[in-house]
Amino acid sequence: MSAHTATTNAATDIDASHAKQARKAFLKRIAMTLGPILIALVIAGLLLLAFGINPLTYYSYVIDRGLFSPSGVQQTLTRMAPLLFIAAGLIVAFRAGIWNLGADGQFLLGAVTAAAAAPYLADFLPVWLAVVLAFLLATLIAVAWSLVPALLRAYQGINEIITTLMMTFLGTSFANVMVKLVFLDPSTTVPQTRTLPVTDRLPRLFDTTITSGLVFALVAIIAVHLMMTRTAFGLKLRIVGANPRAAVHSGLGVPLLTVAVFAISAGLCGMGGAIDILGVQGNVRANWNPAYALMVVPMVFLARFNGFASIAFVLLLSVMQIGGESAARRLGVPNVFTLLLVSIVLIVLAIAEYIDHRHNNSVKA
Amino acid sequence: MRVLSERSVSPGDKPIITLEGVTKRFPGVVANDAVNLEIRPSEVHVLLGENGAGKSTLIGMLSGLQQPDEGRILIDGEVRAITSPRNALALGIGTVFQHTMLVPTLTVAENLLLGAPWWQRPRKESLRTEVEALSKSLGMQVDLDAVASDLSLGEQQFVEIMRALLRNSRMVILDESTSMLTPSGIEELGALMRRLVERGLAIVFITHKLREAAAFGDRISVLKLGRKVGEITPERFQALHEDDLVTEIVDMMFGKRSDDPENGKRAGTTIAEDAKTVLAVDGVNLPATQTSPGLHNISFDVREGELLGIAGIDGNGQKQLAEVLAGQISGASGKIVLDGRNVESLSVGGRRDAGLRYLTDDRLGEGTVGTFPVSMNFLLKEVGKPPLWNKGFEKTSDIEKHAERLIAEYDVRTPRGHTPVGRLSGGNIQKVVLARELAEGARLVIFNKPTYGLDLANTLAIRQRILDIAAEGKGVLLISTDLEELLGLCDRIAVMAEGKLVGMVNNGENARTEIGRLMIGLEE
Repeated sequence: MSAHTATTNAATDIDASHAKQARKAFLKRIAMTLGPILIALVIAGLLLLAFGINPLTYYSYVIDRGLFSPSGVQQTLTRMAPLLFIAAGLIVAFRAGIWNLGADGQFLLGAVTAAAAAPYLADFLPVWLAVVLAFLLATLIAVAWSLVPALLRAYQGINEIITTLMMTFLGTSFANVMVKLVFLDPSTTVPQTRTLPVTDRLPRLFDTTITSGLVFALVAIIAVHLMMTRTAFGLKLRIVGANPRAAVHSGLGVPLLTVAVFAISAGLCGMGGAIDILGVQGNVRANWNPAYALMVVPMVFLARFNGFASIAFVLLLSVMQIGGESAARRLGVPNVFTLLLVSIVLIVLAIAEYIDHRHNNSVKA
Repeated sequence: MRVLSERSVSPGDKPIITLEGVTKRFPGVVANDAVNLEIRPSEVHVLLGENGAGKSTLIGMLSGLQQPDEGRILIDGEVRAITSPRNALALGIGTVFQHTMLVPTLTVAENLLLGAPWWQRPRKESLRTEVEALSKSLGMQVDLDAVASDLSLGEQQFVEIMRALLRNSRMVILDESTSMLTPSGIEELGALMRRLVERGLAIVFITHKLREAAAFGDRISVLKLGRKVGEITPERFQALHEDDLVTEIVDMMFGKRSDDPENGKRAGTTIAEDAKTVLAVDGVNLPATQTSPGLHNISFDVREGELLGIAGIDGNGQKQLAEVLAGQISGASGKIVLDGRNVESLSVGGRRDAGLRYLTDDRLGEGTVGTFPVSMNFLLKEVGKPPLWNKGFEKTSDIEKHAERLIAEYDVRTPRGHTPVGRLSGGNIQKVVLARELAEGARLVIFNKPTYGLDLANTLAIRQRILDIAAEGKGVLLISTDLEELLGLCDRIAVMAEGKLVGMVNNGENARTEIGRLMIGLEE
């Protein structure tokens, strides 16, 4: 009996030491993520100083406007909706080892499709049905747009980074042309699509200006996270991503899975475009290209492709964008400063990773 | 073909480099195991061994690309570390790699000038005189203004040797230099090596071709599975006739040695005459590619309880055969019949379900996903199947229990089920793969180099498993480059060369020599 207890004790000790290790690893991960962000804030602060702006004023203004003012936080949460859809799309692709950098093109085509379809369908269908159909159509078009890089990658092994980037340039231009030539609203002088009336758009949450698209977006990214971590399908995608040769050896249909990944990823990005139009914008003006995706890519990387962490980082990005826009008007710091800040975070993060890697190696040696 | 010039063997020559007990490990593999080596001036030292014998790792350490884990390197009798390729060059060690390392768009002169300090002007004129002097003494011409990509492979190699000489190398390593050359190119290289050693240089010549070793060498060291299994000194070299030399080397490469892992001979199993055929392969062909010889009209069968071995020097189509049988590569023709059922049109998964299992030799490259936990790697080929998945959702606790059971059953030494499999030793990774492939319903198991790179204890454990599988009445196809292993385990041994089955030998007294000679193409 006592011997039995001893072994159980030993087992719990092992468990405890493992729990301790896991906790240590978790804390290290947090430090490795937040540390670079703080360092980047300091570096960016020095830049602001060089421009003659007090960084503390800037940062507190951004946080105040992006997070703590009632209208600011509502704008921030509304902005998160399309960003989260894009993040969900990127997580699927990146976890499967496919670097879909064409999300902006897929997003914009989705947006233009939704903007063109919704008012048109609403003319002869119930509004809710028109909105749903527009959303689905937008998704479909975005999926179709990803077919070229998907098939090239799956059956010819052509690097998707290059093809998706090229397709994104084509996609944004194509979306533009469609707005200017085909879906032009004849009743305005500005080149833009017809506008979905505010009452027909997705409802707002409670008494706020926050779009209900945020709810769909949260559902989407959490569903994606669970799909990738809990289901057999997600596991297959991760096997393809982690070791394509092992996937072949295990008898997985790698080409088909690759096409599926492209379709899901692009579809989610297209949904992001649709949700932004159907919930917030109501129309697409010619030359409109918010280029959200290229901002979301680093966030997803910072979150290590984890859905929940991505929500936090997308919130951060959203705060920086909304606050940054206000600060641009008020303090004269250009809008692109947000982008600069993000890029400094990335560079610092890369350096931190490199140092950590070197350190680990030297410990081993 | 043997170059019998007066070899300037002066025993007084001190070795330039001495390796003492050098060991190098990689995750899962011992690439070099306590290797001793002396490289002396005025000598062509041949390193002979099959793929995976540890030649490349040895070169890596001599040229500063890798550091030994154990043992020491002496240069001119002093213990020194070769810290980098630059450092190796400074110590007088030049390396000519298998694939030429010239910049294809630059001229020969520009290539030769690369690597000089960046703040100095390229010294083109002095280069010209130096090269002319060298070319004259070596009896080979090189056009300094030719663009590197316009040269033949032999010429490119000469430029690389030239580059090593221009940097005052005392020792030049030629890594599989003949593999890309035409026969006349090989002759020329041999003559060049001879002239180089006459100038007092040390040459380390790496090859897996026996004839070249005998023709060009002064001293031969034979490597096998990371260990040095023999050395032929210059004195012995000169005393032996070429054919005797070859026989002696074959013996070293394939013969039995006292320190080879001992394994239980099959305990008098005889396969009943009427034993059912598990696998019948009939006329399988696969087109050759740039990197593999393809397969040519392969036919054999494996009966219940039978262990059929496939011997052959690595790279003669063994891997392709295994992959064609497993369904991993397309483009093959011919019949594959498992338990009386044609399986050649089935997918990888379909063949697995039918009972055909393949343990790949590339455990980390394709056999497992290194970053995934052990528990998932047990199930890599069963993803999504009930009972461990319920409508596509994984049942996490069941998967963990399943892993715990297999870890205990196969004695996998791992901290726990969710340790990434890549952190385990090679032997334990192999046990994980073994557990996966032997799961429910195995009828024929293909092993590809199952004990390659494993330590003794694991080697013996795996071999016992293989015997057990056959004893259970399953069919086993054992592909191995380790003749000892095949002789210890198999009932019959087929020999592969150049993508063909060149012979089938019943395991018995003369099997060793017969197979050895078939392997190097001495009998046809």
